[in-house]
Amino acid sequence: MSTTLHLNDDDLVLHYYGEMTPAEEANAGAHLASCAHCQASYAKLQRVMAFVDSAPAVEAAPGFERIAWARLEPALPAPRRASLPGMLAWFVLSPARLAFTAGIVMLIGAAFMAGRMTRQAAPAAASQIVQSAEKVRERILLVDLGEHLDRSQMVLVELVSAPLNDDSGGSVDISLEQSRAEQLVSANRLYRQTALSTGDAAMASVLDELERVLVDVAASPSTVTQEDLDMVRRRIESKELLFKVRVVSSQVRDRQRAETRQLTAGSTLGS
Amino acid sequence: MPHTDAAAVALARDGDSEAFRALVDRHSRAVYRLAHRMTGNPQDAEDVVQETFLKAYRQLGRFESRANFGTWLHRICVNCSIDLIRSRKHQEAGHDAADLETLDSVDEHRVDPSPERLMLSSEVQERVGRAMEELTAMERAAFVLRHFEGQSIEEISGALGLKANAAKHSIFRAVRKMRLALEPFVES
Ligand SMILES: [Zn+2]
Repeated sequence: MSTTLHLNDDDLVLHYYGEMTPAEEANAGAHLASCAHCQASYAKLQRVMAFVDSAPAVEAAPGFERIAWARLEPALPAPRRASLPGMLAWFVLSPARLAFTAGIVMLIGAAFMAGRMTRQAAPAAASQIVQSAEKVRERILLVDLGEHLDRSQMVLVELVSAPLNDDSGGSVDISLEQSRAEQLVSANRLYRQTALSTGDAAMASVLDELERVLVDVAASPSTVTQEDLDMVRRRIESKELLFKVRVVSSQVRDRQRAETRQLTAGSTLGS
Repeated sequence: MPHTDAAAVALARDGDSEAFRALVDRHSRAVYRLAHRMTGNPQDAEDVVQETFLKAYRQLGRFESRANFGTWLHRICVNCSIDLIRSRKHQEAGHDAADLETLDSVDEHRVDPSPERLMLSSEVQERVGRAMEELTAMERAAFVLRHFEGQSIEEISGALGLKANAAKHSIFRAVRKMRLALEPFVES
């Protein structure tokens, strides 16, 4: 005897994946046991799922491991062996480091331009060594920009998902996010300027929006009211900032991959 | 060549690239399988494999030696796939018409499914692959994480940056599309 309504398709999916609350589950179980109609729908769902399960995963081609390594090896950063303290720790921006970062940013600028030029015309043989050295540098620097974007993303995610704390009188401690934002601001400014000077307007615009939020967060007190935090959140969400940062970050990685491919191709030809 | 992943990780952390190569040898195939499932095509899967190992290499210092390296790599791969999917989603916004054309042309090549043919695992793979192609990138990611990866809806919403309800509905839509595409072949 069934006392509840029929289970709809979505209920059946939740039941299938064990995503119902214990109470819902008990109801659904009892209903299913006594309702032929729902049993039939559930059996259909199970058949489709079993069919999905029986499809083997797509396997990589034979020798894939070797190919994966051939692509990967030239892309692995080498700083572990050659100790370049500035490269590893540049993120901690002391005033001296800032100058170093500025240097890096100029190099990125040069690399961006070089990238553009190689796309337009084949490089002359004489400049090939310089070019490939520049490629290596660009790759390292793109990694740094990628990491900057990753760190920024983390701060944004933390701000957006900071727990609502009702028992602390409506205040939220954001000191951690704040100190991270502070660290990110200077680097962000330099990257934005570089993007502008190399004509990468899309990147510059995202970095600009990002910077405004970072500056605000860095300048705010370490404990903010719920309303303040909500305002920051709305700003991040209304501009889809998190999504945009993710997109440019993926683009930077695409560039990294393209560089790596070129480099791999180059070294194969050269050897 | 180091015998265990933990030993290889310890050596790779000190800059031993051969030890890292051993890790790539052992795990790249599994990473590819997952990346292909998440992204739905070989080129993207290869890119995700590359990105996953690059990221793992850079973060070796953060890997806890008691943890399982394969599991850790798996997680990085899921994140890299999500990054790629989200960037694609953005780039391809507004190209629906083109996408539909591609789907239509795929349809023309469909073969009538006789039960014997469907017995072949490659046919099942293809059929399911086609059904998966009907999903949006986000539905696919949510479905793969729920169905194949056994993640809870709560975990999925965290990973994809969706509200719990949105993650739930992505999965509902995905299952609905899978049923629509596969039920005719499943019912005998
Ligand atoms: Zn019923």
